[in-house]
Amino acid sequence: MNWDLITVSFVVGVLASAVRWAAPILYAALGEVFTERAGILNLGLEGIMLMGALSGFIGAYNSGSLWIGLLLAALVGMAMGLLMAFVSVTARANQVVAGLGITILGGGLSTLLFRLFFGLRTRPPTIKTFKVHSLPLLGDLPIVGEVLFEHNVMVYLVFILVGVAWVVLYRTRFGLALRAVGERPEAADTRGLNVTALRYISLMIGGAMAGLGGAYLPLADLGIFWTQMTAGRGFIAVAVVVFSRWDPVRALWGALVFGGAAALQTALQTLRAPIDSELLLMLPYIVTIIVLVGISRRAEFPGAFAVPYSRGEK
Amino acid sequence: MSTTTADTAGTGTAERAPLPWRTLWDNVVQAALSLVLALVVGGALLLVSGRDPIAAYRSLYYGAFGTTDRFTETLVKATPLLLVAVSVSICFRAQVWNIGAEGQMILGAIFSTWVALHVKGLPPLLHLVLAFLAGALGGLLWSLIAGVLKAYLQANEVITTSMLNYIAVYLLAYLVRGPMMDPQGFNFPQSPLIPEELELPRLIARTRLNVAFLVALAAVLLALVFWRSTWGRRTEIVGASRRVAAHVGLNVPRTILLATALSGALTGIAGWGEIFGLHFRLIEEITRGFGTLGIVVALLGGLNPIGMTIAAFFFAALVVGGNAMERNANVPFALVDVIQGCVILLVLSRAYLFKRSSS
Repeated sequence: MNWDLITVSFVVGVLASAVRWAAPILYAALGEVFTERAGILNLGLEGIMLMGALSGFIGAYNSGSLWIGLLLAALVGMAMGLLMAFVSVTARANQVVAGLGITILGGGLSTLLFRLFFGLRTRPPTIKTFKVHSLPLLGDLPIVGEVLFEHNVMVYLVFILVGVAWVVLYRTRFGLALRAVGERPEAADTRGLNVTALRYISLMIGGAMAGLGGAYLPLADLGIFWTQMTAGRGFIAVAVVVFSRWDPVRALWGALVFGGAAALQTALQTLRAPIDSELLLMLPYIVTIIVLVGISRRAEFPGAFAVPYSRGEK
Repeated sequence: MSTTTADTAGTGTAERAPLPWRTLWDNVVQAALSLVLALVVGGALLLVSGRDPIAAYRSLYYGAFGTTDRFTETLVKATPLLLVAVSVSICFRAQVWNIGAEGQMILGAIFSTWVALHVKGLPPLLHLVLAFLAGALGGLLWSLIAGVLKAYLQANEVITTSMLNYIAVYLLAYLVRGPMMDPQGFNFPQSPLIPEELELPRLIARTRLNVAFLVALAAVLLALVFWRSTWGRRTEIVGASRRVAAHVGLNVPRTILLATALSGALTGIAGWGEIFGLHFRLIEEITRGFGTLGIVVALLGGLNPIGMTIAAFFFAALVVGGNAMERNANVPFALVDVIQGCVILLVLSRAYLFKRSSS
């Protein structure tokens, strides 16, 4: 192992990379906080993220504008959320299996559409990604500046969205209604809240956010699309939500833990740690399991979590 | 997950656990309708993108059934699908959402290959049986990780099993590039070939159809017996309601563990079958997505052994035909994945979609 490489700037680089790893997971997790607060478990995030990655890429490739790509990713993600809502809310199907269906559909559809759009090529189509902007003043701070304030616009956006999500969830009537529907749908219904509509909306928010999270990978990070490029981030996002106990701010910490594990893995590879790279690649997934186990006993799920609601069947 | 959610999470499917013949018929009709609708969705996608769906599906059909050769290939692909589906159905009926078949298959393949390569001096038949048991053990241990975490620590098994899938993929990648790599393999990521006398006998000469297919059929029989046994009934009660099961004195965690263990063992055997029947060495693409596809088969088959046999056959045909379609009609194989996803969602919504038409 090459210890000499460990300098302050190396450690700062690892921390900054943890933030970048965390961002796409955090998008999806923030949306899922809303969905689960309304009482729905959406395990289809992985598939929705893949559709977001694909549509973001196609939108940006064809229009030349990354913002149009993002818009398209959010819309397609929302449509996938709508599909999940139909199956889980209207048809009242088992949400675990429905999520699995969405994941398989998203994986297949994104691969198929990519092939139909671009055909087989020797060199993959590429786009220019969002540039890194150092924030004025904040970016000049030693260490902190480089870790937190030298990123692309999608990283800043997700930080802002953490605050927005918190305000919406705890300080608006809509947030209150959403939480009521997730805790005690019967009571919410009696008070005149539309359980079905609120759950549909929560899934559309969750879908749009997962779409953005998926689009992060081609638009803000890699500049290309490939099959199954999300590599489990959707499932990790669900674990982050359990970790967060359905709170947007704690979701930020959760995403950073997983981002840290992923960044550590790349750092160890750079340092030529005496561990094979295939084994290091397992690290984020192992950390996910360990954290999930640590948190699960204490987690208090929303009262009506994953239970389909129907009026008058009690 | 907390116990209350574990109790109620599956209300959507719990009502159809035991299957008299009339509901079975309803299920068959609805499953067939779902499949047809999914094919229509796939065809529409092709049409929109300027391909000819009729030509694509024709090439798919001939690819799967055109010749005896193609047909036996369909049975070859049905083998792991059937094993995984039976395995998954045991967990799903206990309301344990084990989606870790990919990983369990990989561990089964790793364990059984290791025994084939490193255990010496046994008579071939005994050696083969030992490899078979090792495969079952590999799958069992991998699924038990998630089972223990679920039964005693309430860790959501969907997340743990999906994470374990990724971990297994990297473990396999590591092994075939490191400790288990073929020293004479020109650095290809693969293990040495297993001894020739351990290869499973072919059922029909000059085809790839082998004894593993019979093992898969035996698993279906095992499932039929299992659901009539005390174990099976206990599993079903735990699946119907954790609370009721605890109330009548069943040991819920232990029942969950048993279901997970049995399921993991069957999936591990699927991994064994792929090695000893088809590839004869450990390679990275050993599961080819059959772990996930097996779950679709289980759902389309209504978690019923007979239903799953029919579904496994259809999906195997879809895979074999899909490969031919990719070659001959230049339609990406991912179309088959799209159809899979549609089938799951349609089967789940069938009570809502087909209610008026079929009852």
